Amino acid sequence: MLEIKNLTASINNRDILKGLNISIKPGELHAIMGPNGSGKSTLANVLSGKNGYKISGEIRYEGKDLKEMSVDKRAQKGIFLAFQYPIEIPGVNTNNFLKTSLNKVRKARGEKEIDTMSFLKLLKEKSSELGIDEKMMSRQLNLGFSGGEKKKNEILQMKILKPNFVILDETDSGLDIDALKIVANGVNSYRDKKKSFLVITHYQRLLDYIKPDFVHVLSDGKIVKSGCMELAEELEKKGYNKIK
Amino acid sequence: MKNENINHNQDYKYGFTTDIESIKAPKGLSEKTIRFISKIKKEPKWMLDWRLKAFNRLKFLKEPDWQKPKFPKIDYQDLYYYSAPKGMTDKPKNLNEVDPKLIETYNKLGIPLNEQKKLSGVAVDAVFDSVSVATTFKDELTKKGIIFCPISEAIQKHSDLVKKYLGSVIPISDHYFATLNSAVFTDGSFVYIPPNTRCPMELSTYFRINASETGQFERTLIIADKGSYVSYLEGCTAPMRDENQLHAANVELIALDDAEIKYSTVQNWYPGDKNGVGGIYNFVTKRGACRGKNSKISWTQVETGSAITWKYPSCILQGDNSIGEFYSIAITNNHQKADTGTKMIHLGKNTKSKIISKGISAGKADNTYRGLVDIGRKALNSRNYTQCDSLLMGNKCGAHTVPYIKNKNSSSTIEHEATTSKINEEQLFYCNQRGLDQEEAVSLIVNGFCKDVLQQLPMEFAVEAQKLVGISLEGSVG
Repeated sequence: MLEIKNLTASINNRDILKGLNISIKPGELHAIMGPNGSGKSTLANVLSGKNGYKISGEIRYEGKDLKEMSVDKRAQKGIFLAFQYPIEIPGVNTNNFLKTSLNKVRKARGEKEIDTMSFLKLLKEKSSELGIDEKMMSRQLNLGFSGGEKKKNEILQMKILKPNFVILDETDSGLDIDALKIVANGVNSYRDKKKSFLVITHYQRLLDYIKPDFVHVLSDGKIVKSGCMELAEELEKKGYNKIK
Repeated sequence: MKNENINHNQDYKYGFTTDIESIKAPKGLSEKTIRFISKIKKEPKWMLDWRLKAFNRLKFLKEPDWQKPKFPKIDYQDLYYYSAPKGMTDKPKNLNEVDPKLIETYNKLGIPLNEQKKLSGVAVDAVFDSVSVATTFKDELTKKGIIFCPISEAIQKHSDLVKKYLGSVIPISDHYFATLNSAVFTDGSFVYIPPNTRCPMELSTYFRINASETGQFERTLIIADKGSYVSYLEGCTAPMRDENQLHAANVELIALDDAEIKYSTVQNWYPGDKNGVGGIYNFVTKRGACRGKNSKISWTQVETGSAITWKYPSCILQGDNSIGEFYSIAITNNHQKADTGTKMIHLGKNTKSKIISKGISAGKADNTYRGLVDIGRKALNSRNYTQCDSLLMGNKCGAHTVPYIKNKNSSSTIEHEATTSKINEEQLFYCNQRGLDQEEAVSLIVNGFCKDVLQQLPMEFAVEAQKLVGISLEGSVG
């Protein structure tokens, strides 16, 4: 699904990723843990194609070189980033935004546009799974949403757009335990043999609910250790400093 | 964001010319020209005298020069003041007599005039250069006593009304361009809504400049009699030409007791090319008088075209409890310049005004909001709320807000809010990550920014306006 070889990324002449390797197969869920400033969010941004980074190395997604592909094309090809801080867009209705987005993705997949009735039905179904009040969907995008509402809205978008490769960038931060469970259930119910995940987090907490297949420790722009769930537990006990 | 603009050609889809033979007044501004216009329009003597009075006054006036966008000297002797397609001298009685080329022109502009195809729920007066070509739904309106016709026709047939109200909001000797218009105006729309009548459909005028070296000087007069309501919309386009063309219109609105006028504009004159060559100088005077108590005038404008836009649709709130509103979107891209806003003159008691202005500037464009709120000594308990938001795209454009505020009594309140922001990189990234390309993302964000104004437009036009907002900014983010 995703093959990253010797990836480096710098911004304003500052090196952030310094030779990162990772291979994610269909159906796998990889967790990336690491201290502040280790390059976790940069990795999420680089994978989704954000402007402003100088990049070398290789990123292959479903066999294709990602580096030349624009952000929107990557999204249309099934790469989804759940934002750490979902962006507020005043005046834009959440509902309409999601429908526009879905139709772009459907078009890229060669499916026909969804009509309003079917969309609303789909929206109702998916938002009730996540315990989202439907009224939220007619508000302006992310505007005045609580931290929990914003994160749930990201997971809702994931479930509606049906991406193949999902990056969760600190989706657990700022969530209370109930919201965390809802978000985790949302992710779990979306897992299957074809879909892959890259879950970026500081804490083991989320991984108690979303069981990862692999755990990687990112430090100073490199993966310094890889393992299974036990690694996350070890990190939680000893802290990042002990693992180098 | 890359700051340089993509140099692809901005597509102005209304830039075509209609090849049609026309009758023109002699070139230049003179008494002869004015007499020519008055004669060809078969005007009564009082109208000619009125024009000549304006012309004499004009000799003593100078063009105003306080506005931000400067423009090269206009040679008024090198313009045609009247141009009409041949055969239009007498207004054709029905569409069969209208040159098919004209019908086709309006079809291309998306304004079908044929009975079968005409826009449902919208009556259209189509003005081509200096004459009105056709007016739809006339019979249905006549049944309700509503007059909707070219102003040249009204001068002949409804002389009393025109005489009473023409120049009553914009005096003959107002500033230079308004006075010029009074001397040489050619056509435009006239609307009269009788007492206690709600106009059953949108009234709309579509202005088209076609001939070259021709100025368009239209004049619109709308009177809403006691207890009546009307919603009126104007749209404008012009062919792509390298020369700058002058458009100096006067629009006067009069609302009597308990009457309401909603006036919407979607202005899409040719803006010039990406290097700033050509385009329309849109120097327009629009003023409404809330003459009666409890009357209301609401201006909504979407200004996307023209090389220079310079206009301040205003409200004179004379009647007690009257309300004035101004909702504006001004988009400038490439080398376009806009200096626009409103004047709210509070004279009556308990008068209210509201100003919502959204300025969007991209490329090397310059966008100024200029507005006056003047609450008079006797306008007790009056209120104004003003909100001016500017959005900048790139770092070569400008946005300016120039509010003038006068409050001459102590029981009135004025609120003014203003923001300036740059289009947010993170918002664009978020939209891109959800599959929208750069232009769709810009269009979405800008439409969101303009939402408060767009929702004021009549439904039939809101969708078109939303598209136009997107199109006007194409190529502005690299």
